[in-house]
Amino acid sequence: MSAIAIGLTGVTKSYGDKVVVDRLSFTVASGECFGLLGPNGVGKSTIARMVLGMASADAGNITVLGEPVPGRARLARMRIGVVPQFDNLDLEFTVRENLLVFGRYFGMSAHQIEAVTPSLLEFARLENKTNARVAELSGGMKRRLTIARALINDPQLLVMDEPTTGLDPHARHLIWERLRSLLARGKTILLTTHFMEEAERLCDRLCVLEQGRKIAEGRPHTLIDEQIGCQVIEIYGGNPHELGALIRPYAQRIDVSGETLFCYAPDPERVRGQLRGHTGLRFLQRPPNLEDVFLRLTGREMKD
Amino acid sequence: MWGRYAAALPANAWNWIAVWRRNYLAWRKVALASVLGNAAEPMSSLFGLGLGLGAMLGRVDGTSYIAFLAAGMVATSAMISATFETIHAAFARMHHQRTWEAVLCTQLTLGDILLGEVAWAASKAFLAGTAITIVAAILGYAAWPSILCALPAIALTGLTFASLAMVVAALSPSYDYFVFYQTLVLTPMLFLSGAVFPVTQLPDAFQQVGRFLPLAHSIDLIRPAMLGRPAGSVGLHIGVICMYAVLPFFLSAALFRRRLMR
Repeated sequence: MSAIAIGLTGVTKSYGDKVVVDRLSFTVASGECFGLLGPNGVGKSTIARMVLGMASADAGNITVLGEPVPGRARLARMRIGVVPQFDNLDLEFTVRENLLVFGRYFGMSAHQIEAVTPSLLEFARLENKTNARVAELSGGMKRRLTIARALINDPQLLVMDEPTTGLDPHARHLIWERLRSLLARGKTILLTTHFMEEAERLCDRLCVLEQGRKIAEGRPHTLIDEQIGCQVIEIYGGNPHELGALIRPYAQRIDVSGETLFCYAPDPERVRGQLRGHTGLRFLQRPPNLEDVFLRLTGREMKD
Repeated sequence: MWGRYAAALPANAWNWIAVWRRNYLAWRKVALASVLGNAAEPMSSLFGLGLGLGAMLGRVDGTSYIAFLAAGMVATSAMISATFETIHAAFARMHHQRTWEAVLCTQLTLGDILLGEVAWAASKAFLAGTAITIVAAILGYAAWPSILCALPAIALTGLTFASLAMVVAALSPSYDYFVFYQTLVLTPMLFLSGAVFPVTQLPDAFQQVGRFLPLAHSIDLIRPAMLGRPAGSVGLHIGVICMYAVLPFFLSAALFRRRLMR
């Protein structure tokens, strides 16, 4: 078995004049969770579609589970499970019927599907909903059923496009916990997300995208150490430019976003000391995270 | 290069069955309403026109008008049923229900989906056409056992019109465009194909047009079978109907590939 689950080399994709994916290369090793991180509209879903053979690249090569894609994408998809960005369960069917119908698409017999259904529903924490219609399920339950459905063919690789978008925190944490248990079982996951927290918690490695180009790649904590490497103080409630001038000698870097000052400080106490005389300020001191990395790489201000 | 087009074609001879069975499962939940809804329209046309106009017209083409009309209604109901299943239900599964999107993530190809959808629409058409055939036979408007020969022709008619409607579905941005297909293609075809009156009533030029229409050929197969008469040029009729089933199928596959797999 190949140790590389997904390989992209120089992949480019345009729609009309718009370049959506620009000479992108990355490899995903078997058993790891690899994240594609970037804002909406950056080409993450297009990359996922190309990996599945549902869109073809204008240039470059894609190999998935040893099969060239899109040429032999169908054979690769036999060993892939997909969690799409938007739920596409059959609403008029029950939970059990959704699994039955989906298993048949992989050529499984009713007997084979029935044999795996209890463990899939247990995994998705839907044991009590076997005969409930999908239309009656909550958003979190639907997502979990979609994940269970993606596992019906016991795939080696899971392609997940924004798996927790639109879920409340409880539902999201349950999904994250379920995904970690899949990784523990040796599955490979390609995850697209714009949630920095999700990427930081789940991904072994990730690739930060901006306008279809890779602007950074690595382990989340390595990226954070390399790009930020110190505490972050968020300062609210003053004139950020005046305050910025005061603390600049003690800051490694200062960013202003609207009325908020972001100060990257190796010694946060000195920054606080410098601002002690100022009233009406609120401070939030925290460790750096991927969001800081992302915003440092792409700039704090809103872009269109 | 071939791989790109392979995705739009059926991968093998059996993958489509999973799509057909998905639709069958959904249909089973609403079967009674669906059958009544589908059969009511052609039945009321058959009895309304057949009895009402029949009383004025007397014999048509050597038989009672209602017996003449029965074959037309069987073919028409197969046409309408296959068309509606495709441009409404299959279009919804392709469009806002995202059912096709889910299937494309499995080992099925776009071609498998299309074949499954066409076969499903043809099955519903077969059911609708057969229901009217049976009613006509029970009431003595159709000859037994030769009506059995009409059954494969009904199924073929369903395949053809499902396939044609698939091209329309592939080209339509939304539901609003389907009405053009209905009013500009299907309704004229009904009158040019001899469904409700013999084509010999039409000016010669229109009769010539009728020779090229799939519905005309399916009526030419179904009517003799239902009236217990020998059918002529069976090979030609089957050939034309098959051509209208096969070519649009591949055209719709190419169009859907461009639409969905960009």
